Amino acid sequence: MINKLINIFKKVNEDQNPWKDERSENVYAVAALFNTPNEIIHAAEKVSGDGYKDFDVNTPYPVHGMDDAMKLKPTRLGWFSFALGLTGTLTALSMIFYMNGIDYNNIIGGKPFFNFPPSIPVTFALTILFTGLTTAGVLIALFSKLPWLNNPLLDSDYSKATSQDKYGIYIKSSDPKFNQSEVENLFKSLGSSAVSLIYDSKVNEKKIKTPIFEAGFIKILIGVAIATSAITYITLNWLIFQPPFDWMVLQPKVLPQEKSKIFADGFGMREPVAGTVARGYMPYEYKGMPDSVVKLLSNPLPVNEKTLLTGQKRYDTYCSPCHGNYGKGDSRLRGQFPNPPSLLTDKLINWTDGNIYHVITNGQNVMSSYAKQISRDDRWAIVHYIRALQRSQNAKDSDLN
Amino acid sequence: MSYDATYTKELPLVPERNSFKEIDDVILKPVDSKPTKKWWIAISISGTALAIGLFCWTMTVMYGIGLWGNNNTIGWGFDIVNFVFWIGIGHAGTLISAILFLFRQKWRTAIARFAEAMTIFAVLCATMFVALHTGRPWLDGYLFPYPNQNAIWVNFLSPLNWDVFAVNTYFIISFVFWTIGLIPDFATMRDRTKSGIKKIVYSVLSLGWSNSNRNWQHYERAYLILAGISTPLVLSVHTIVSFDFAVSIIPGWHTTIFPPYFVAGAIFSGFGMVLTVMIFVRKIFDMEHIITLDHIEKMNKILLATGTMVGYAYGMEMFMAWYSGYIFEQFAFLNRAFGPYWWAYWIMVACNVGFPQLFWFKKIRRNIPIMFVLVLLVNVGMWFERFVIIVTSLHRDFLPSSWAMYFPTMYDYGILLGSFGLFFTLILLFVRVLPSVAISEIKAVVPGAQPTHHNEGGSH
Ligand code: HEC
Repeated sequence: MINKLINIFKKVNEDQNPWKDERSENVYAVAALFNTPNEIIHAAEKVSGDGYKDFDVNTPYPVHGMDDAMKLKPTRLGWFSFALGLTGTLTALSMIFYMNGIDYNNIIGGKPFFNFPPSIPVTFALTILFTGLTTAGVLIALFSKLPWLNNPLLDSDYSKATSQDKYGIYIKSSDPKFNQSEVENLFKSLGSSAVSLIYDSKVNEKKIKTPIFEAGFIKILIGVAIATSAITYITLNWLIFQPPFDWMVLQPKVLPQEKSKIFADGFGMREPVAGTVARGYMPYEYKGMPDSVVKLLSNPLPVNEKTLLTGQKRYDTYCSPCHGNYGKGDSRLRGQFPNPPSLLTDKLINWTDGNIYHVITNGQNVMSSYAKQISRDDRWAIVHYIRALQRSQNAKDSDLN
Repeated sequence: MSYDATYTKELPLVPERNSFKEIDDVILKPVDSKPTKKWWIAISISGTALAIGLFCWTMTVMYGIGLWGNNNTIGWGFDIVNFVFWIGIGHAGTLISAILFLFRQKWRTAIARFAEAMTIFAVLCATMFVALHTGRPWLDGYLFPYPNQNAIWVNFLSPLNWDVFAVNTYFIISFVFWTIGLIPDFATMRDRTKSGIKKIVYSVLSLGWSNSNRNWQHYERAYLILAGISTPLVLSVHTIVSFDFAVSIIPGWHTTIFPPYFVAGAIFSGFGMVLTVMIFVRKIFDMEHIITLDHIEKMNKILLATGTMVGYAYGMEMFMAWYSGYIFEQFAFLNRAFGPYWWAYWIMVACNVGFPQLFWFKKIRRNIPIMFVLVLLVNVGMWFERFVIIVTSLHRDFLPSSWAMYFPTMYDYGILLGSFGLFFTLILLFVRVLPSVAISEIKAVVPGAQPTHHNEGGSH
């Protein structure tokens, strides 16, 4: 298989190869070689002085003073680097501002979510990154117009000499002043060691249009697309569920309600250490006592939009499955559980806040205590919300005023 | 490829300008010829090291970083030591290719390409360590800010996150700089080669570069800009690496001297490594007259300078610990020098500050065997510097009840060995397939390569 592949490539040297560089009859340029840098500078000065425009100098390395000799304008590449570098700065700053300042705030030692000094390193790095990539990209694509593999100069003896040790200059036939014999004589009079003609390559003449629509290229594209999607699909749907990639899920751990051998009593879930209280969870002084004792408890929270919204949220989460979204007792658990009563009855309307609070905190018959799930303030907020429900569900005309 | 064997006298650069063909021949000799026995021996050694590393790497991926010596107290062990070590190595490459370019140090031309390649390979080794030390390297995509289903963004207040940006930018920019430099050389190789496959490969890689002066004009400006941005970049990268430590509150880390101290250390260790490798390469590939003794002497001078800077930093750290009047800081430094890791500290001081002082003598700067030993010691010393900074600061901090010792395991050593294997394998492949000296740049600085009626120092 590999040998076969190599053989295909080896054929490039032979006659029947598809890539053989075939030349047309059209003269593309007249080219001349010189031996020293002084000569080439002189030649470039003369050619540009004579008013030729479509000419170029080829040297194995940049020769000092050539830009002046060829009368080239100073390059504008730097402006592109500068502008896109600046884009990098702005991209970085706005990215950090949005991500950490607006969308996802990290609380770290009470520092501002977005502040400038710690944004400097990333901003700096992205500025450099943008500048570097644009400089390279603009140099290749915009200023040097590369890649250009069909350049007729390539593969000519002229080009091979100038990439090694000779200094060359050529004038293209497209130049308005171009006259083949005149140009040849000019080069000879400048003391060129070799004057040659460069013919256009056939490929350029045929003017193959948009090779991206060729069947072969499209086949490759489709192949690449299928392979990429297949690899992505397999990675995301199969590979990441294989060991070791899934070991984070499989590591030994106790799940809620599971047994555990570590503890003598066999319970995986643990009680708080005896005598300790979690923050915000004060012991309830009326625990287990009958209603009559707690009637005097009063709601410490003010009635305002904030408490009502909290109350609504907690009620919807913890109470609505049994008592219904509006406290009507239309439980979603109907039939699977002793039917929970409506919270809108006259009995409850006449209860004190403390009474309702006591039921939530202490539980009542089959309804268990919610003191562990809901914080004290939130329980009082629920009480306010139940009051709001009681009023809104039995609204009178006078309530509209 | 035949070339004159007497052609080994020492000259600053290649003698006459009509020998451009010989420059091509010498530089491209390793590329054009079959690998020699020396090369096969070298690559089998580095390949073995790489294989050992790959084994330990795979085991770590399979069973997690519990295989390493890191423990609760010493959360950063060989992983971060090696990361900082390799990043530091890389810095010399950029210094040679960019900073010396801006200072118009023409002697840099002979070693720039090589040093840049080293930068790229060293940064690869470094990223391997950080990628692995996260424990689940396949989830490292989360290091980058991208919109994800958890609706969270990375934390831009964290120096570790700055590191992600700095190191990645550093790698990309170094790579671009290197590739841009290679384009004209690919064109030269394309025009010389007789083999069909190589012709196609080089044609594509050279993008059809024709050495046109209309392109050179922009090319030189782009090169200048890239050098110009690489210079602050390289200084920033190790600064940011040092922030990983300096921004924390651990005694021995929380100091403002860290950024310059790290940068000097990086350049020091990088030059040490460049020299180590270069001494081999110029021998193996007979490039003694391109990478001359003068180059080596100049690099030794830089070693002396940066080594002394590093020595100053060691002294200043001690002074600041005493002067701060802060007992934890004072303890951290006494513990470094006289605690259980005293040997690491004194190896570091001896190799980085002591032995390089011998470079004051010209004889030693120009004596390859002695100098080679000194340079190896520099590599060792700089590795120990990172070990001292990281391990000795962590192993005894504020809370004596959590003091501990660090014992690296065979996986730690294996991955360290593997990183050297990776580095040298890449170097050996690089010298075989790419020109290890920038051909077009070296031609431009050969005597007589520039027109006489133009004064020197134009745009190059
Ligand atoms: C598991 C279902 C369930 C949930 C959840 C639930 N309850 Fe109950 N609730 C009941 C049942 C059943 C009763 C009747 C208990 C009894 O037989 O006395 C009840 C009784 C009550 C009573 C006394 C009504 C009366 O007429 O005596 C109040 C007040 C009450 N619940 C409020 C709440 C609040 C507030 C919440 C949310 C924190 C809540 N309940 C959550 C099932 C539930």
